[in-house]
Amino acid sequence: MSDPVSASAIPDRTTPLVAVRDLSVSFVSRDETVRAVNGVSFDVMPGEALCIIGESGSGKTVTMRSLMRLLPKHRSVIEGGISVAGNDIQALDERRLSQLRGSLMAMIFQEPMTALDPVYTIGEQIAEVVRRHTHATRPAAMARALELLQLVKVPSPERRLKAYPHELSGGMRQRAMIAIALACQPALLLADEPTTALDATVQIQVLILLRKLQKEFGMALIFVTHDLSVAAQIADRVAVMYAGRMVEQGSVREVLLNPRHPYTIGMLSSTLHGRVRGQDIETIPGSPPDLRALPPGCSFAPRCSRAIESCSAAVPAPIVLSPGHDVRCIRTQDQPAPFSPASTLAVS
Amino acid sequence: MYLALLLRETYRTSAGVVANPMWLYVIRRILLAAPIAIGVTVICFALIYLAPGDPIQSLLPPEATQADVAYLKQVYGFDKPLPVQYLKWVSRATVGDFGTSIQTNRPVLGEVRRALSHTLIISIGAALLAFPLAIALGTLAAFYIGRPPDRIATMASVVGISVPNYWLGIVLIIVFAVELGVLPASGMGPQGSDDFSLTQWAQLKYAVLPVLTTALVPLGIIMRSTRAAMADVLSQDFIQTLRAKGLGQGAVVRHALRNALPQVLAVMGLQFGYLVGGSILTETIFNWPGTGFLMNKAILTRDIPMLQGALLVLALSFVSINLAVDLLQTAVDPRVKRG
Repeated sequence: MSDPVSASAIPDRTTPLVAVRDLSVSFVSRDETVRAVNGVSFDVMPGEALCIIGESGSGKTVTMRSLMRLLPKHRSVIEGGISVAGNDIQALDERRLSQLRGSLMAMIFQEPMTALDPVYTIGEQIAEVVRRHTHATRPAAMARALELLQLVKVPSPERRLKAYPHELSGGMRQRAMIAIALACQPALLLADEPTTALDATVQIQVLILLRKLQKEFGMALIFVTHDLSVAAQIADRVAVMYAGRMVEQGSVREVLLNPRHPYTIGMLSSTLHGRVRGQDIETIPGSPPDLRALPPGCSFAPRCSRAIESCSAAVPAPIVLSPGHDVRCIRTQDQPAPFSPASTLAVS
Repeated sequence: MYLALLLRETYRTSAGVVANPMWLYVIRRILLAAPIAIGVTVICFALIYLAPGDPIQSLLPPEATQADVAYLKQVYGFDKPLPVQYLKWVSRATVGDFGTSIQTNRPVLGEVRRALSHTLIISIGAALLAFPLAIALGTLAAFYIGRPPDRIATMASVVGISVPNYWLGIVLIIVFAVELGVLPASGMGPQGSDDFSLTQWAQLKYAVLPVLTTALVPLGIIMRSTRAAMADVLSQDFIQTLRAKGLGQGAVVRHALRNALPQVLAVMGLQFGYLVGGSILTETIFNWPGTGFLMNKAILTRDIPMLQGALLVLALSFVSINLAVDLLQTAVDPRVKRG
C-alpha cells in the first residue's frame, strides 16, 4: 500500500485541492442518451466548504460521484478533467484509485438506512476502512473505530461497535457513516445530501458536527443539498446547478444575499424563511428541461421571465461579477437585480 | 408450562433484561419441527392406502385359500383397524423398528439405511461438485449482468435444468463407458455395494457418472438463484459505500456474498433434500442401489412396510435438512429475528 495522502500532507492553501474543468457526464443506453452534467467547472481550496445547490435531477449527485469515479463504467460517458490533489481521476488505474478512495477522499451518502452493509457490525465496517488504508492490526483497527465513534458523538460507543445497522436510528447510522468517511482523515469529504433523510432536530445536530469536524481536520468539503438553509449553515462558497450546468457560483454571502441568476433568484424567493404569514410563496413556473433533449442555449430560458431571443442562441458563458462570483446569464449586465430575498437567512 | 415459556417470542431474564439467546431459538425451532414430523408420519402411513392393490394378494399364489389370506393378514397386522395399525407402526418406528419387508423378509430399517448410504455417496458428491461451482458462476453472472459472461452462464444453466436426467445419463454412458471405455457404465463395482470404499479409485470411479448426471440440475438452479440474489445485492446502495471506502473487487464480492448467502442457502437446502431422496431414473440407469431404486422396487412389489419406512426416513431427513438450513440462515444473517 502506498502513502495515503492526508490533509496535513497538503499545506499549500493557494492551489486548489479539487479542480474540475468542463465536466460532462452522459448516461448512454441503447434507446437514449441522458445528459446529466453539461460542462461544469469549479475549484475547491484545501479546507474550503463548497455547497452545490440544485433540485433533483440537476446533476449534483452525478458530479459528486464522478469525482470518485463511482459511476457505472460501461453505461456512463465522462468528459472533461477532474483533478484531486494533483491526481487525474479519469486516468488512474483501478488499484491506485481504490487506494485514494477512503483515504484522500471519502464520501457520505444520502440514505443512512441503505448505505451501510446490513450483515456486518458498525465496528467491523469502520475497522475495515482503517485496515484497508493503514497497516493496523485487527484489534488496533477496532480501537480506532471506537475512537471514531466517540469523535462523531455516538452515545455508548462500545455497545454500538457491536451493533448492526438495523439496530441503530437514522441519525446514529449517519454518524457511523461519517465515522467511516473520517477514518483515514481524508483531505476531501464529499457529502451527498447527508441530512436530507434525517429528522429536523437530528439534521441540525449532524450538520453542526460535520461543520465542526471539517474545521478541526481542515478538510475540504463538497456538500450537496437542495436546502438553502443548510447551505447557509455549512458553506464557504455556493454553486447553483440547473439542468447539469452551474448557473451561478460565489461566496455564500454573495450568492444568497445578492443572487444574480434568475434561477437563483427564483429559488430563493420560493423558500419559506421569513415570509409573512398568508403571503403566497412564489414559485418558478414550468419544470426543468428533459435531460434527453436539452433546449439550445440557456437551459433555464424556457422558464425565465427575463428571457430574450438570444438566450436560446448559445449556452451563456460565465460572466465574472466580482472575484469568485460568476453567473451564466447574458441578461445579468442589462438588469442588475434589486432583489434581496435572503436577508432573513442566517448566513454564517 | 416450561414449553410455553420456550415458545414465547422473547425471554425475560431475572435481571429484567429481554434477552434472546441463540440456544433458545434453536430449541424453539426444533420444537416447532415436531408437529411437522408428526404430520409427515400420518401422511406416509395414509398415502399407501390410497393406492390400489393388496400386498397379501401379490405375495400369495392365486389359488391360496381364504384362511391363508386371513392368516397372513394377521401376521403382518393388516387385520386391525387403520388407526390402530398407525399407532402400532408409529410407536415401533420411534424405537427404530419399521417392521419387516414383505418381499425380502429383512428389517426395513437396515435396507433403508443401506440404500440411503448409497444415495448419500451420489448426493454429497453432486453437492460438492455443484454448489461451489454454481455459486461461482452465479456470482460471475451477477457481476456482468446483461453482458456476455452473464448470457453464456444463464444459457448454460437453462440447458442444464432442461436436459432430462435419464437422457444425459445414457449419453454419458455411451461416451465414457462404451466409446472411450474410461469409466464403468453401471453398478457399484466389483466388491458390490456392501463395502464401497471412497478411497479406492477402482470403486470410486463407479460413482463418477451418476454424480455428474445428478449434479447438473442443482447446478443450474442454484446458479440462477445465486445470480438473482447477487444481482439484487449488487444493486443496493451499500455497494457504493464499499467502493467509496476503497475496497477492491474481492472485498466487494465477499460483502455481497455474505448478504446473498441466506437466500442461496435456502435453495441449496431444498436441492440437497431432493438429492437425498434419490432419483429413480438416475439410479435405475446406473443400477445404483440407492433410495430411489429401493422405493421403485417397493412400489412395484407392493412392499408396504418398506415403502412406509423409506418414505418416513426420507421425509424426516428432508425436515431435518430444512431445520439445519433455517438455523444456519439465522446464524449468518443478523437481520433474521431470532424470535
